[in-house]
Amino acid sequence: MAVLRRRALLAGLAILPALPAQAASLKFADLYSSWGVTGLKFSPAALALAGADTTMVGFMAPPIKAMADFFVLTREPLSMCPFCSSDAEWPPDIVVAYLAHDAQPTAPNEVIEVTGRLELGSWTDPNSGFVSQARLRKARVRFV
Amino acid sequence: MRAAVLGLTVGLLSTTAMAQVIYPLNRAEILAGSKFDLKVEFAGVVDANKVKVTVNGRDHADALGRAATLTAREDGKDQSSITLRDVVLDTPGDYAVVATDGDHSASVKWTVYAAPAARRAKNVILMIGDGMTMANVTAARILFGGIHEGRYGRTLQMDTLPMMATVGTSGTDSIVTDSANSASAYNTGHKSAANALGVYGSRAAGTLDHPKVETLGEIVKRRLNMAVGIVTNTEIQDATPAAVFAHTRRRSDYIPITGQMLAFAPDVTMGGGSASFLPQATPGSRRRDQTDMIAAYKAAGYTFAEDAAGLAASADPKTTKLLGLFSLGNMDGALDRFYLKKGNVPRFPNQPDLTEQVASALQVLERNPNGFYLMIESGLIDKYSHVLDAERSHYDTILLDRTVKVVMDWMGDRNDTLLIVVPDHTHAMGIFGTVDDEKKAEQGRDRVGTYAEAREPNYDPADARGYPPNVNVSRRLMTGYGATPDYYETFGPSMDGPRVPAVRNGPNGPFVANDKYNVPGAVLRTGNLPHDAQQDVHTADDALLRATGPGSEVFHGFIDNTTVFRGMAEALGLGRP
Repeated sequence: MAVLRRRALLAGLAILPALPAQAASLKFADLYSSWGVTGLKFSPAALALAGADTTMVGFMAPPIKAMADFFVLTREPLSMCPFCSSDAEWPPDIVVAYLAHDAQPTAPNEVIEVTGRLELGSWTDPNSGFVSQARLRKARVRFV
Repeated sequence: MRAAVLGLTVGLLSTTAMAQVIYPLNRAEILAGSKFDLKVEFAGVVDANKVKVTVNGRDHADALGRAATLTAREDGKDQSSITLRDVVLDTPGDYAVVATDGDHSASVKWTVYAAPAARRAKNVILMIGDGMTMANVTAARILFGGIHEGRYGRTLQMDTLPMMATVGTSGTDSIVTDSANSASAYNTGHKSAANALGVYGSRAAGTLDHPKVETLGEIVKRRLNMAVGIVTNTEIQDATPAAVFAHTRRRSDYIPITGQMLAFAPDVTMGGGSASFLPQATPGSRRRDQTDMIAAYKAAGYTFAEDAAGLAASADPKTTKLLGLFSLGNMDGALDRFYLKKGNVPRFPNQPDLTEQVASALQVLERNPNGFYLMIESGLIDKYSHVLDAERSHYDTILLDRTVKVVMDWMGDRNDTLLIVVPDHTHAMGIFGTVDDEKKAEQGRDRVGTYAEAREPNYDPADARGYPPNVNVSRRLMTGYGATPDYYETFGPSMDGPRVPAVRNGPNGPFVANDKYNVPGAVLRTGNLPHDAQQDVHTADDALLRATGPGSEVFHGFIDNTTVFRGMAEALGLGRP
């Protein structure tokens, strides 16, 4: 946890000058405006923020693999979501946060605030094959 | 010498990894005319010229009609095996199979059986209360009918079924089953290992490479041209529904299972789990390709329903193939859908009730003049018990029972349908009293009444649906679980959504009690499960089966779970020439 704090801070400092002073915030509840059997739809608010610096608050899920350059930001602690699926698959509304530096995992129940450039649409991570629909690029992490 | 000893003792150590193993395992009961894969695993690399497999003393190629294929280095390892797919034995009787590599030998005995009489049931309906324990049934009866001076106000629909048996549920690898190998035993008549569906748990590395056994659904489609229906409120790929058709060593193979389901082509499929149908680019998808499985179903002639209103399509006489998907993941239970509006209900407000799903399924299935096999699951009874959410588990037991009523109303006085209502396993759950808020004790445990203090609960009478509208009354049932992680007992229902009893402490840490439930009056209960357990677990306790209709008379006393398959197969007259 301490390692991540340092690294996230460093990552934040490294890219801070290029970012606007205030990032817009987007709640998990506002990422998708509709949920249905045939899929989810991004909200107008999320679509309007695409490409812009955006802050989201959530929880860091356990890492896909050690020292990955990204982590999964979830609305609830992952262990708090046993009903997302009987086999502990990811909930549908995750956000992938790409850090400038490798990260160590935090405690799963620790609330974090992540700021980065919001990117929407299906994308497969070339290194891990992990598929995501929403991402925060060049993300900085702050502990709430 | 050691290897020779292993060879001699293989009959006793049939699942030992290094031993020479024959699948189907020793004491397998096999329906005549059903398909299965024969596999022999040798401990090392063998000489093809020395390998010999005999069936009742005859060379297997002669006895089975085809020769098995030898794989010199299975999975690239120093281990040989032979496999013969889709073996069929048509003649009932005892079979002794001996396999030798020249130095070591192993043997198994199989019993091949056929129905003792011609077909007696046109239809078979298997209703599974996943994880339904006696405490669930008793609680459901109290909540549904009330209790006064020791007498219930009403009995449950399932209480009216005349035949009854206790069922042993253990698997080939463990005394405690999971829903996969348990449902697989009901659907194939073969016991298997935890997490396995329609296969024996062999040493094969690939989850789809294990020796398969044919399911009842496959048999009745192939032999009798019957319709098959699968109706659940879990994800349709979950273990119990998937056991009707799937063949995989790993129950979590949701994407392959979704493909196997379309290939099997059930006439009716209903449940949650659309995430495994959506192409990868669609938010909510769990797939890793761009295949649109809903479109594939439609192309195969299926009518698609995505909410309760969509089920109206079943009334159309032309509807003979129906796919109903009502949530991305598991559907929600009765307590949340009808009363509390928690869980995923705000996102999926128009989910049908299991009673509606089944009524609709029956409408479609009975259009097949050859009859049908329908597997119905009330699957959240189990999922709620896993998270120590007894009230939700009890409500979904009533859900199962109200669905039994729909089925029995449909059956009416027709005498052509075998109905079985059975859990697939049990939980360590018991009702040991009531919690009375009139007792002004600070701690919840001091408000618990036992024995003479366990006064009748004060739930309002059940509404027209069959449930007390308010679960959180001042004198309520006290249900306890016997196998748990650390958790806080709150002595009341979880009103803001399904309970989450334990959370992981640190990235790789143990599961600890979820502090959310550290509310006034709660008590911390130290778990008795390993620290990596986040939930309650299944038990090896017998399950209680009830049945009615032609063929149900075989269900009495104690039976093994494989007898459920046998009873259904015999009622359908299967295995006869």
